[in-house]
Amino acid sequence: MIRFAALYDAIDASTGTQAKTDALAEYFANAPAADAAWAVAFLTGRRPKRLVRAPDLRTWAAELANIPDWLFEESYAQVGDLAETIALLIPENTAQSARATDISLAEWVEQRLLPLRTLAPAEQRTQLFEAWNTLRGTARFVYNKLLTGAFRVGVSDGLVVRALARTSGVEADVIAHRLMGHWEPSAEWFETLVSSATSDADWSRPYPFFLAYPLEAAPETLGAPGAWQIEYKWDGIRAQLIVRRGKVFLWSRGEELLNGRFPEVEAALALLPDGTVLDGELLAWQDARPMPFTALQRRLNRKTVGKKLLSDVPVHLVAYDCLELEGRDIRTEPMRERRKALEHVHEQLIARHAERSATPLTVSLSPLINVASWDDVSERRSEARAQEAEGLMLKRADSPYGVGRKAGEWWKWKVSPLSVDAVLVYAQAGHGRRSGLYTDYTFAVWLDNTLVPFAKAYSGLTDAEIREVDRFVRANTKEKFGPVRTVEPRLVFELAFEGIQESTRHKSGLAVRFPRIARWRRDKVATDADSLETVRAMLRAQRNET
Amino acid sequence: MLLRLTDRGLWCEAADIYIDPWAPVDRAVVTHAHADHLRWGHRHYLVSEAGLGVSRHRLGAQADRVSAVAYGETTTINGVRISLHPAGHILGSAQIRVEYKGEVWVVSGDYKTDADTTCAPWEPVRCHTFITESTFGLPIYRWPAQQQVFDEINHWWRENANAGRASLLYGYALGKAQRLLSGLDPSIGPILTHGAVETMTSIYRDAGVAMPPTTYATVDQRDPAWSRAMVVAPPSVDGSTWVRRFGKHAAAFASGWMQVRGARRRRGVDRGFTLSDHVDWPQLLSAISATGAERVWVTHGFTGPVVRWLQEHGYEASAIATRFEGERDDAAVDEAESTESETGGATS
Ligand SMILES: [Zn+2]
Ligand SMILES: [Zn+2]
Repeated sequence: MIRFAALYDAIDASTGTQAKTDALAEYFANAPAADAAWAVAFLTGRRPKRLVRAPDLRTWAAELANIPDWLFEESYAQVGDLAETIALLIPENTAQSARATDISLAEWVEQRLLPLRTLAPAEQRTQLFEAWNTLRGTARFVYNKLLTGAFRVGVSDGLVVRALARTSGVEADVIAHRLMGHWEPSAEWFETLVSSATSDADWSRPYPFFLAYPLEAAPETLGAPGAWQIEYKWDGIRAQLIVRRGKVFLWSRGEELLNGRFPEVEAALALLPDGTVLDGELLAWQDARPMPFTALQRRLNRKTVGKKLLSDVPVHLVAYDCLELEGRDIRTEPMRERRKALEHVHEQLIARHAERSATPLTVSLSPLINVASWDDVSERRSEARAQEAEGLMLKRADSPYGVGRKAGEWWKWKVSPLSVDAVLVYAQAGHGRRSGLYTDYTFAVWLDNTLVPFAKAYSGLTDAEIREVDRFVRANTKEKFGPVRTVEPRLVFELAFEGIQESTRHKSGLAVRFPRIARWRRDKVATDADSLETVRAMLRAQRNET
Repeated sequence: MLLRLTDRGLWCEAADIYIDPWAPVDRAVVTHAHADHLRWGHRHYLVSEAGLGVSRHRLGAQADRVSAVAYGETTTINGVRISLHPAGHILGSAQIRVEYKGEVWVVSGDYKTDADTTCAPWEPVRCHTFITESTFGLPIYRWPAQQQVFDEINHWWRENANAGRASLLYGYALGKAQRLLSGLDPSIGPILTHGAVETMTSIYRDAGVAMPPTTYATVDQRDPAWSRAMVVAPPSVDGSTWVRRFGKHAAAFASGWMQVRGARRRRGVDRGFTLSDHVDWPQLLSAISATGAERVWVTHGFTGPVVRWLQEHGYEASAIATRFEGERDDAAVDEAESTESETGGATS
């Protein structure tokens, strides 16, 4: 555990990717395989869910720290992070921690952490006291983070892959592929992960997704439009579909197996020949066009789907790319060739489907946008929202299907966001980097003479502005409800967002997508803010865009 | 009440003296030379002998208004016995003891009770009423041993030096900087200082405090040896043109606030070292108990929680609103310090 805590500190203390990769590589080279396996799991976001109820944690921590509950809450309010508050509050029992020998990360996780879930509260309490008394410093903090299901560290999956590749000598792409899908962390698994033998990778496993960078420069800087494959950027769930050995696997970008959730799509995909892998987007679909993202959301958290939901919100796969054809990995072939393969596969699918079914096929090709000039492209982008798309994708026609993000190959060019001037009405303290500061805001717009809350936003201000707003919040609090403060409605901010939808769950009757603070309008007072009617007009305009 | 809170500061009516007043008065008794306690414009100042040098420097043109008494020596005004006792905060920092007709009050000023070779250690003074600061008055604040922090700093410095980059260590120019200097291992490389730090350090040397050799890093010098250097500077220089002369470097901030990760990240430096010249939670509680006071007034910091805790433990406790600032971690203080560093002052 001490070694893993030291790795955490090293990553936390360094800002450069080089120093982080060095620390990771050193850890993987020296840690026992079982520890390294758990480390890979935690560093790539496969953390266990909360193991102990938060109210119990608070009570027991206050008890061991010998402080009243109110003082625990005061401390938590200052720190902003439960795991850290507990780590700081309990005095270090130096005698006991000096006697304790270091226990490996794997033993901590397998013998002491994961079993907590099934223990009775009294047993949990005993185990926690033992752990808190033996662990110190960062090790105690990391333990608490795992306990609360909130372990996070500032490294990307790409860095972990790079460090594993460096330690093992295995190519980064191979490591990345081996890390996809489902696996159980164990010493054996880690040995396979870094093994130079070309093992037959688990055949259900998806390829790493290739991602696009946002386009910030003018499109003219990309050369001739003819060198690019241009498509809509659909607003659904990116998915990879695998047909191997007579089985279909549908994976989300979050590497979650989606099988069983979209039966209408799976049934169609089952008609594809063995050895086919496609990349595409799952969309709620009606009358041969996508429905808004909120419709798809109704399907997302359902493991099984009822008849009514199936007919209310039918789902469709729009295919972007073909990664494997007739059992052959074709990711290194150029985009234009893979598109041909995709069209070929789709034709076969249409034919097979027509033989068996009279219902419409639930798989289609992402249409290509043919244009003569960048002006045309720009024009099509401005209409994207009317297609329920977020913007355009620009893929270099000779680009391979890479791993992760690579500049210059694929760009996403989103529609310019909508914006509204709104008044800050509620504030809540943030967590993590922003802990202890009021950073989570709710904004309101006018409806007659009252302010109606309509959006929450967390990002978009500079650190200096955040501190300033924090001081404003503390000095201008009208009421407190738990962690939320109602503030004097005085500050006006320009909020940017990607789209508006009607919503019955929101007081304003509207829901906005990806709201963020574009800038602080110090030049405006509350009465200058926009009205709900303005926002409704935007919604209407968005619908009528053609 | 022997002492009362007025809009000029804490006032002892019987002797007509103010303690750390923030508006101009005739006679001020001052705990220490940080800007929120020692202010310009009073007619007469009384400070500790050990603090005479830094106080005079801070007051500049008004330096001749300052007189000093040794720690423990009693001055009597109108039957009120006044004496100054070490507070362990910075060089010359004092607690002010006021006694009248058998009733004793002590004003802590800023203080800490742990190790520091750059000033006289805090002494408990028995009293009926104790007025204490509460900058770090929450149980999440527990300082690691000073030597452990110095070891971490020297280790960090050595690693930077071996990698060929300078180490910039930020701490307030008066007090924190000298305490940091006292813990550095000069065998690792040269020690450079910012002007504001150098001025204060030379006053510490004049007062007989042992300091490692330092070089004032002036604008027109530049030296290849600087890649192994430790540079001690006030936090206000972070991100300014002043640091550019050191080329490739790593930066760290030394403060009690660095105990909490969120505060460390907001600072935007590579490292944070937990080192404070204020009492932490355990020190605060044992100091209060050591005074034997029954009544405690709590000022700058976490007054709410400290007052409530004391009340629950049988003290007659209340919060008083002063203009003292404690150890702040936001930009406003840095700005205040950078303007003051022209005249060599500091807020802490
Ligand atoms: Zn102070
Ligand atoms: Zn001070």
